[in-house]
Amino acid sequence: MADAILNLTCKQLRDQIAAGDVKSLAAVEAVFAQIEALDDKVGAYISTFKDRALEAAQTIDRKIATGESTGPLAGVPVAIKDNMCTDFGTTTCASKILENFLAPYNAHVVEKLRDADAVIVGKTNLDEFAMGSSTENSALKQTVNPWDKTRVPGGSSGGSAAATAARMCFAALGSDTGGSIRQPAGFCGVVGLKPTYGRVSRFGLVAYGSSLDQIGTLTGDVADAALMMNVIASHDKRDSTSISENTAPICDYLEKIDEDVKGLKIAVVPEFNAGADRNVQNALKSALDIYKALGAQIIEVKMPHLDYAIAAYYIIATAEASSNLARYDGVHYGHRTEKPADYVEVYSKSRAEGFGTEVKRRIMLGTYALSSGYYDAYYLKALKVRNLIRTDFTKAFEKADCIMMPTSPTTAFKIGEKIEDPLQMYLADIYTISANLAGLPAISIPCGFDADSLPIGLQILSPAFTEDKLLRIARMFESKTDYHTRKPKLAGCEK
Amino acid sequence: MSDAEYKVIVGLEIHVHLATRTKMFCGCELIYGGEANSRVCPVCIGMPGVLPVMNKQAYEFAVLTALALNCKISNFTKWDRKSYYYPDLPKNYQISQYDLPLAEAGYIEVPLESGQTKKIRIIRVHLEEDAGKNTHTLGNFSAVDLNRAGTPLLEIVTEPDMNSAAEVRALAVELQRIVRYLGVSDADMQKGHMRFEPNINLQITKAGAEYKTPIVEVKNLNSFRAVERSVAFEVRRQLDDFGETGRTMASGNKSTRGWDDERELTVLQREKEEAHDYRYFPDPDLVPVELTDEWLSQIKAHLCELPIEKQKRFVTEYKLSDYDAGVLTGDRNTAEFFDAVVKAGADAKRVCNLLTQTGMKLANEAGCNVADLGVDAASLAKLAKMAQAGDISATASATIFEEMANTKKAPDVIAAELNLIQTSDAGELEAVVDEVLAANPDAVADAASGGKKTKKARGFLLGQVMQKTKGQANPKVVSQILNKKLS
Amino acid sequence: MSRFFVFGRLQMAKKIDETQVRHVAKLARLDLTDDEVARFSTQLSAILGYVEKLNELDTDSAEPLAHCLPMHNVFREDVVTESLDTELALRNAPQHFETFFKVPKILEDDSGA
Repeated sequence: MADAILNLTCKQLRDQIAAGDVKSLAAVEAVFAQIEALDDKVGAYISTFKDRALEAAQTIDRKIATGESTGPLAGVPVAIKDNMCTDFGTTTCASKILENFLAPYNAHVVEKLRDADAVIVGKTNLDEFAMGSSTENSALKQTVNPWDKTRVPGGSSGGSAAATAARMCFAALGSDTGGSIRQPAGFCGVVGLKPTYGRVSRFGLVAYGSSLDQIGTLTGDVADAALMMNVIASHDKRDSTSISENTAPICDYLEKIDEDVKGLKIAVVPEFNAGADRNVQNALKSALDIYKALGAQIIEVKMPHLDYAIAAYYIIATAEASSNLARYDGVHYGHRTEKPADYVEVYSKSRAEGFGTEVKRRIMLGTYALSSGYYDAYYLKALKVRNLIRTDFTKAFEKADCIMMPTSPTTAFKIGEKIEDPLQMYLADIYTISANLAGLPAISIPCGFDADSLPIGLQILSPAFTEDKLLRIARMFESKTDYHTRKPKLAGCEK
Repeated sequence: MSDAEYKVIVGLEIHVHLATRTKMFCGCELIYGGEANSRVCPVCIGMPGVLPVMNKQAYEFAVLTALALNCKISNFTKWDRKSYYYPDLPKNYQISQYDLPLAEAGYIEVPLESGQTKKIRIIRVHLEEDAGKNTHTLGNFSAVDLNRAGTPLLEIVTEPDMNSAAEVRALAVELQRIVRYLGVSDADMQKGHMRFEPNINLQITKAGAEYKTPIVEVKNLNSFRAVERSVAFEVRRQLDDFGETGRTMASGNKSTRGWDDERELTVLQREKEEAHDYRYFPDPDLVPVELTDEWLSQIKAHLCELPIEKQKRFVTEYKLSDYDAGVLTGDRNTAEFFDAVVKAGADAKRVCNLLTQTGMKLANEAGCNVADLGVDAASLAKLAKMAQAGDISATASATIFEEMANTKKAPDVIAAELNLIQTSDAGELEAVVDEVLAANPDAVADAASGGKKTKKARGFLLGQVMQKTKGQANPKVVSQILNKKLS
Repeated sequence: MSRFFVFGRLQMAKKIDETQVRHVAKLARLDLTDDEVARFSTQLSAILGYVEKLNELDTDSAEPLAHCLPMHNVFREDVVTESLDTELALRNAPQHFETFFKVPKILEDDSGA
């Protein structure tokens, strides 16, 4: 039976710690007890920092007792996906090539969490270098779905999603390049938010697809996502793609979170949704009914280029990845092969030994797409299609405040089910991928369960830099349902 | 191959280190030397998760240089990744510019030894980051130092407009002069601030037909001497090769050779099966640069009179020789100092002599520039005027100049202290001459005789006058008076 | 027709054969086993076959969208910031000699510079 404290949301915990009603130490101890009880089975964490976290908790508790000012997340235990650099512990990206890598600096978001006085519990598992949709590509360990241990938690932020769902942290950071926050959030029954491209600094996020990557949040509910956004959304001069606060002002995402959006217009793309499983389509329909009951208007739109998103994505993302991963060569850091015949073998053997199959596959695909003679046909073509996809969104947003669609065509699939067929795995990203191509914010919220009691995610997308409105739209659903309060049995949190 | 006529065709690619304080994409300080890997950070080491941020000053220096090279400046430019694997390139790609460089289509006017100038066209100018340094001499391994990795590098590519080794050298020298004038680079060859890669081939006319030899690119050149010699060597080698094999551009690809400075020859580098596939694509971590009219004006305000313009002006306006103008305009500070001294009213030729003979010697000894000797333009102008007026001899002016540098005193004060003021007053001197002539009738007779003893006698009489005036008589004026009186 | 139908599976000729796979692996500095080369040839061909889908679209009037951000002119001033301690810079180096990174001796200039 898990500690009742684990039933609190981030915000509730934060408020109670700040009021002195609950000690951060209690929360941290409860989280570690949960980790000790569950993580052998779930496998969410690659590394944890118990001593460090306990010490941090005690410091926070002391500050609060003496009335010293503390940050907006003071004392709240959070987890970080292990592709974000921390100057403590290792940053492995779930890869053998960085298994022992000690980053000498902190990612921008890690600094923000630290400044907010959050307590970092550990680094979570992921698909190697964030490449994958199931976390099965981790070279270091396996993570299972807390709702059903024979199934995947989704990916690539599977560790963060599983940890949040199983209450082994109060919130977690993930990264999303083609759906890697939203899809695991959907599979694990938690809230996953991918902000607008440029809203959250990528400095310190190990790059996969640079024009697509964004750091975002995995939380128990929408208000917690807003709380986390308040901490991590900020301009960073170390990231040239970080939007300036003049161009896109940051607001308090929590301030109006419970205010319904009046006269809400929701766009749906019926042909596109038709590709999802029956369960998923039904859950979407029910969700839309709830919004209608709240006064929203559903508008059907056509977005003819969404079908091409996967093709465009797997050219653009892999092209950028092939370049971003060129630096892993065993020369300056990372795994080096033991007996290279010459300096060229340092590269080719270290990389062959250090990278997993999916990573190699994507590097190969990206290298091919950029290579002499193929650039125009593949990369340039994909960039043009990207523009067409973005235009589809622009047109849709002329008619509606948001677009709703499933997060995934299916619920969590079985471990091993898709791993042998990479193309099948890629095709499962169909609903999440366009938001990355267009750079738009998108959130997945729990909206039901299938016949096997597996969570179903509802995805909501909104125009660039409108996260505040997006969160309010999502919150409207939460105000009328309780899917987000349900926890997997394994978490031992029955109320 | 003596029966063939040939034309040498050379294009040059030059890399120039910009004199910014920090690297191109991170804030590490640029300091020459220092312990290996002491000026690096996660960004220039290419660690996981890092991102580049562009150095504004580097871009402005680049635009300034392109303006001086008469280029068309692009108002939209972007960054591209150039991929290749090498231990001194930590990300295994270089951030550079590919299809939209910051400037194109310019020219550089190069002064040649003949006194003529030649216009060499510039194809493009772009910015990129330098790699680190590999050292292969510390043991049976290679050692990598990333201190230099990330240095802003300006790449300039010319059309193949040069037709001799001397012209190539002249262009290299002129480019050095320009970037130093602008202050965008120290262009110190010892520190490797400039690197050259000539592309050389020949157009051979034999028995009425024209043949082009395959183009050779020579690498590893970081001195003017190496540039000139490697081009000269290649010309001879390609002539010989064509004579033996008849190979032309049609049958052979461009090849790369390295310059061996010790043996003074080019060596074919390992022939690769395929050329590098750099897989250029736009760098997704950087946003494009838009140069507004306002910004361009701000940069233009830093342009100065270019060295070739100054050099020409010194010839036409000041009537200096090509050679002298070239020496004075060797660096901007000297040239501007010279200009200031002349504009303060001194005779150009005299100032030129003062600076090129005495000034530069003093500057060398002091290890500084002539303008920083502590002698200001007005003072030096005064010295020049004194010499012009004959108040001091030319030799004395050199001595006084040195004293001015050492003591910072005014020229007239020093001249008086050192007793170097000479009398040029013809009337005064005539009186003394008359005295001496009167006192030395034998010498006068000899001097007026026109025979063998004339020269010696005149010398004696001059000496007497100098003695009487305690060396202060202007010997030229005395000679003139003597000549008049003796003839 | 289900939108998830894969065209690539029907094609007889591989889009990327084993020779090409080896060539790309060399460009990417990946030492692949023969087994991997064969498998990648099949898998990458299928993926590339799928990606051909993009040719169904007329993109003549579309500009390539490399960046979603409406941003340009992001710079830093030429101001020195602290470098890493050399010890930290080398902390992860697999091999080093004094304060240099160390690699097997490079025998010829293979650089692309």
